[in-house]
Amino acid sequence: MPKNNFTDKTLQTIIGNLLRYGVLLALAVAAVGGAFYLSRHAHETVHYEQFTEQDKNLGQLAKEIIEGLKAGSGTAIIFAGIIILFLTPALRLVLSLFSFLAEKDYLYVTITLIVMAIIATSIVLGHSH
Amino acid sequence: MTVLLFTIIVFAGAFAAGTIGSLSGLGGGIIIIPLLSIGLGVDIHYAIGAALVSVIATSSGSAAAYVREGITNMRLGIFLEIATTFGAVSGALIASIAPGSLIAVLFGLTLIFSSINSLRKKEEHLLTSSSPLAQKLKLNGSYPDENGKQTVYGTKNVLGGFGMMGLAGMMSGLLGIGSGAFKVIAMDNIMKIPFKVSTTTSNFMMGVTAIASTVIYLQKGYIQPAICMPTMIGVLFGSMTGSRILLRSNPQKLRLFFAILILLLAINMIYNGFAGKI
Repeated sequence: MPKNNFTDKTLQTIIGNLLRYGVLLALAVAAVGGAFYLSRHAHETVHYEQFTEQDKNLGQLAKEIIEGLKAGSGTAIIFAGIIILFLTPALRLVLSLFSFLAEKDYLYVTITLIVMAIIATSIVLGHSH
Repeated sequence: MTVLLFTIIVFAGAFAAGTIGSLSGLGGGIIIIPLLSIGLGVDIHYAIGAALVSVIATSSGSAAAYVREGITNMRLGIFLEIATTFGAVSGALIASIAPGSLIAVLFGLTLIFSSINSLRKKEEHLLTSSSPLAQKLKLNGSYPDENGKQTVYGTKNVLGGFGMMGLAGMMSGLLGIGSGAFKVIAMDNIMKIPFKVSTTTSNFMMGVTAIASTVIYLQKGYIQPAICMPTMIGVLFGSMTGSRILLRSNPQKLRLFFAILILLLAINMIYNGFAGKI
């Protein structure tokens, strides 16, 4: 199957690059956020002994992060880096979906969609109403 | 403790965890959790969140190279991700209701199991034919060796491997680890995939598996940016350093040393769990 080989090879290169640069970008953003955060809060005392459960959905979180970014908050910038990190493997799934579609490999289109559906369900489940 | 001191200690600890994780083959996440929870008194829920974020960073970073070289079996990975993401979601949901002490004890037991498992001699498998189900799912593949020569391999026991992957995903979502040990058992011992392919494919799957549970952690407030930042940067640099050391030295003696170290860490974790200190 020379044709299939070609698309698989192209996909490998694209996904390999996506993973590498996604992680680098996420880390760079988080490091900038860290510098901002430390410059303002370096001498405060940490309190992580007790976990307080929150209940925010992704929309609320996104809104808070955007508000924080506007205000130049270090934690919001770190959060943005973490979100970029999460998006890297998610985007990898989307890419493989398109590639299986291009190859007309409908079995694997279905399999990829199932994985995406499970992740989408976890977004809903994570927010207890 | 001030924020500055905390950040420096976490960064140094995460760097060490990443280095040891990569030298021992256990992954950085499994070592950063005891450090944060026992060493710095951070609540185990926050420790799990930070560890999972670092798992995504290291696995994506190292998966990048293997995917480009064509060693990773992407079809196999995506198929098994059905099991791992499903497991991860249930694991994260259990973690959100389970008390910290129970998680600590489970974590210690998993740590013991993984460290003993990392010492076991691995046997190389190469199946020339595949079971009918594996053929239907196109799970067989080939990978290049150093000279670019392709080695063709088959696989079997798809359902057994799938089930074990579900367990691996659950442990990952529950304990915030990459579950590399469980994933390799599923692919190596059960599905008889060649070692090189199973380790790289396991790495490839970790990112997607981890986001299935981290979106739950994120919404419940487990992800604390101020803890995650030094953790993810430290673990990533540490594991890069570790893999560079691996290229130059024989890890066999190091492995024994780390396995003993990790065993002590595990016993400490279990003790603290039972004593209700975590």
